[in-house]
Amino acid sequence: MATYILKRLGLALITLWLLSVIVFLATQVVPGDPGRAILGNLAAPSAVRALDHQLGVDRPLIEQYWTWITGLLHGDFGTSTQFRAPVEPYVQAALVNSLKLAALAFVIVVPLGIVGGVVAALNYGRPADRIISVAGLSATTVPEFVSGIVLIVIFGVALKVLPVSASAGAGASPASQFQHLILPAIPLVLVLFGYIARMARAGTIEALNSDYARTATLKGLKRSVVIRRHVLRNSLLPTITVIATQLGYLIGGLVVVEVLFNYQGIGQLIFKAATAKDFPMLAAGVLTIGVVYMVATLIADILATMLNPRLRLGGAE
Amino acid sequence: MTDVVAAPAAEVTVARGRGALPAWRLLLRRPTFIVGAAILLFWVVCAVFGHLVAPQDPLAQSLLATNKGPSAAHWFGTDQLGRDVFSRVLVGARSILVIAFFATLLGTVAGTALGLAMGYLGGVIDIVGGRLVEAVLALPLVIVAFLFIVAVGPSTLTVIIVIGLVFTPLIARTVRSAVLVERQQDYLASARLLGENRSYIMFIEVLPNVLPVVLVEFTVRLGYAIFAIASLSFLGFGVQPPTPDWGADISVNYGVLPAGYWWMTLFPALAIASLVVAINLVTDSIEQVIAS
Repeated sequence: MATYILKRLGLALITLWLLSVIVFLATQVVPGDPGRAILGNLAAPSAVRALDHQLGVDRPLIEQYWTWITGLLHGDFGTSTQFRAPVEPYVQAALVNSLKLAALAFVIVVPLGIVGGVVAALNYGRPADRIISVAGLSATTVPEFVSGIVLIVIFGVALKVLPVSASAGAGASPASQFQHLILPAIPLVLVLFGYIARMARAGTIEALNSDYARTATLKGLKRSVVIRRHVLRNSLLPTITVIATQLGYLIGGLVVVEVLFNYQGIGQLIFKAATAKDFPMLAAGVLTIGVVYMVATLIADILATMLNPRLRLGGAE
Repeated sequence: MTDVVAAPAAEVTVARGRGALPAWRLLLRRPTFIVGAAILLFWVVCAVFGHLVAPQDPLAQSLLATNKGPSAAHWFGTDQLGRDVFSRVLVGARSILVIAFFATLLGTVAGTALGLAMGYLGGVIDIVGGRLVEAVLALPLVIVAFLFIVAVGPSTLTVIIVIGLVFTPLIARTVRSAVLVERQQDYLASARLLGENRSYIMFIEVLPNVLPVVLVEFTVRLGYAIFAIASLSFLGFGVQPPTPDWGADISVNYGVLPAGYWWMTLFPALAIASLVVAINLVTDSIEQVIAS
């Protein structure tokens, strides 16, 4: 168990390092000169060179990577070329906003997806199963901004019952913030629903067909008792792992949803940084997402191991 | 009660289908497949003949008729430049279908080759390939694609290559596990005993047997490709204006949504939704038929 966690931790650190290299290369290979981008087309070449030098973008790549990575490890994420201020406060505020939105989506989708999957499995092959499966699969592949637009048109423009922008404004009450987050959360819920429901369905079907479920039925237990005590306990384990791996999709979805609903989250932050060629901000945003994703996957892995006695006692893998 | 009624009916269909009919006839018996294929066919026709089918020039601006709601002259209304939204939606099928098809094809061909090599040859190729798959899976895919496109600059070719490359390890993983199953079969042992060389066995003996898996992967990934391409277009990293494109058109026009100009974003959005749902219906039916 301890070795397994250590191994997972090591893998996570390697992946994180890999991500840092990718982020660094992508933000340095980007065509376009940051000095020129800030000063505009009319600036003198000497001024551009001076600013490039001040920003440190005229030094060799390996040296820049070293300065950058050691700075990161000391908590220095660089200076935003857009705002000419340290990037940390921006990233921090954006991350908190995104976590609010993601948490709301998760609180809605996890029970919904599990119930949907279990109901589909218990009705295996019947219309209820086909409807949940096909609807779930379709909801999963409709891009968030598409369902988001349909929701805006229905609830924001036609019925005028919900705000079309996610930002409640500074100092808004939690109730008002919540109201503003309902519409943006639904597209994320739709995309995640299909994945979670499919996994819960597959797990439940497998458990229903197992020998222990048959034994429980044959020894005369009621169907509801068999399902509650024998089937669900085993079927929901793989679902936990899938919920964690879906975090990656959730993060990708945040970019689109936050742009559509004009929400000051981490997704909109990296989108704006990318459009403005603000590399320090882009790098800090993407790395923050990477760390959050890695930590979440790690926690889910450990949780799944702890919940599964076979892995807990016998040592994983 | 419903158990008793439903079960025999299902069995009869399966038994009758399995007896004589080839796979494509089985597909045509599924209403979900017919609906999905019909919608897909409609968009393919639009993609191929879009300019001939569209009632108006999708690029023609009319500054006297901007932001007009749906009417008899403009079924889906006009956009902020007075262009006919209906025509743009019809012609817009082309860019997304072409990019999605080639991106998925690239990913499928490269992924199948890699998966065959990993599964059949094993050894170093399998180990290196396995690490590659793990690395790609460990990073949020959209973020990686996003970084790539920001770095290289948005263009149709960039989108095709980036999405194809991201798909390659994912498809390779599926093909690899299918190949590992085939390796245990007797026909491969006899092919080896006959002295066939490895590439002959890989491509002539193994490949045809894993083709159903490859086909399912292709259709599943096609759905994801459309998702990713539409999202990238929406963010402004895909097809560039003024080319008619659903994602890009939504990107340009969603800002005026709160002002009540819903038609210029809603119709392209519904077009994307209908396309992905159609592909899902087709994929689901193919999977069901292969499974039965």
